[in-house]
Amino acid sequence: MPLGELIVSDGGARDLRSDDLGLAWNILDQVMDPEVPVLSVVELGIVRDLNWHAGHLQVVLTPTYSGCPATEVIEQDICQALEAAGFVSPRLKRQLHPAWTTDWISDSGRQRLQAYGIAAPQGSASKRSLLGESPQVCCPQCASSHTELLSQFGSTACKALYRCCDCREPFDYFKCI
Amino acid sequence: MHQPLIPFLLRLGDSAMVQGQRLCEWCGHAPALEEELALMNVGLDLVGQARNWLEYAAELADDGRDADHLVFRRDQRDYRNLLLVEQPNGDFAVTMLKQFLYDAWHFQVLEHLSQSLDPRIQGIAAKALKEVTYHLRRSSEWIERLGDGTEESHQRMLAAIPQVWRFTVELLDSDALEQGLFEAGIIGDPQAIAAAWQQQVAATFASATLPLPPAASPFYLDSRRGVHSEHLGLLLAEMQFLPRAYPDATW
Repeated sequence: MPLGELIVSDGGARDLRSDDLGLAWNILDQVMDPEVPVLSVVELGIVRDLNWHAGHLQVVLTPTYSGCPATEVIEQDICQALEAAGFVSPRLKRQLHPAWTTDWISDSGRQRLQAYGIAAPQGSASKRSLLGESPQVCCPQCASSHTELLSQFGSTACKALYRCCDCREPFDYFKCI
Repeated sequence: MHQPLIPFLLRLGDSAMVQGQRLCEWCGHAPALEEELALMNVGLDLVGQARNWLEYAAELADDGRDADHLVFRRDQRDYRNLLLVEQPNGDFAVTMLKQFLYDAWHFQVLEHLSQSLDPRIQGIAAKALKEVTYHLRRSSEWIERLGDGTEESHQRMLAAIPQVWRFTVELLDSDALEQGLFEAGIIGDPQAIAAAWQQQVAATFASATLPLPPAASPFYLDSRRGVHSEHLGLLLAEMQFLPRAYPDATW
């Protein structure tokens, strides 16, 4: 469904109140990425802006990957959470530029990824790290740096598959992009 | 500038879509689970990129057709994808060779488009370039691993090259439409893209101990005019069956 059709009417338009945006950020920090359910959409860095537009809250989102199938689910989850908190007909705007990068995952997000068993992206997403040698990735289970790449692509487009050579556990690594 | 832009967006979008659809044919058939995941993830990236390009084309054309309509309701003569990507998958060597030859070209094209004077194109390309960097890294590693691998894998690669090589001619030449867009600062220099492609392919073939064939020559097929090989019609028949048989189906 085109985003424009999510807006069925202008009913419920009102002026911005001083605590609206703070409240909305807090709500979005409770909306989890469906594929990494310990990471909120704010920690993931895909909420680029919150503003008030023509009497409604507008959320500016950037997708992680062009073909990420979670994008629509995330948009629905965000709308539901905001509507449940009293924001009438929140608007969603997709923004491709600047392109999402793993550098935008917050520090708390990185810690949650690690605790969940997914190694957090290492280093910054410069082109050298995309084309060059594989980064040093530590096992999220035993913290060993003695790991090896099994596949460039893991269970989702955003992850690669690694194996720990010490504890022998396979694990996902959130790729730099 | 809209009129020449629309057919160019169809070329980009259709190539990504058809390559993505070919990769999806491997679902359930890949040689190993990890490869299956990789093939599907690359395909997913490409289908997402196709949607971005075709949505832009649909907005510019503004004739009531959306991106889904462009993908599911056009016949093969209206498709503008590269001949290379519509070729059958063959064995894993043919699949990876097609992927590599396409990725090496795609990477160069996107790198230039991410500097485009058209901000929408710039945004889509910058996003796609990050994804395609991983695609190229993986496919070039496979070419080296298969070419410089076992006797069997080397023979398979040798057999794959003549099956797809002649279709690379479209990666090397350009037409008046592309020249015009290049001069307007919308797309990269087609000659620079072709030269960089040839350099990358030569380097990867050398480290894969594979012989580099001479540059392919033009022949009667021409995807820019919608003159495709017989394989595209069969691919579209499968891909378009459901929306054509049940035009208003939703789920």
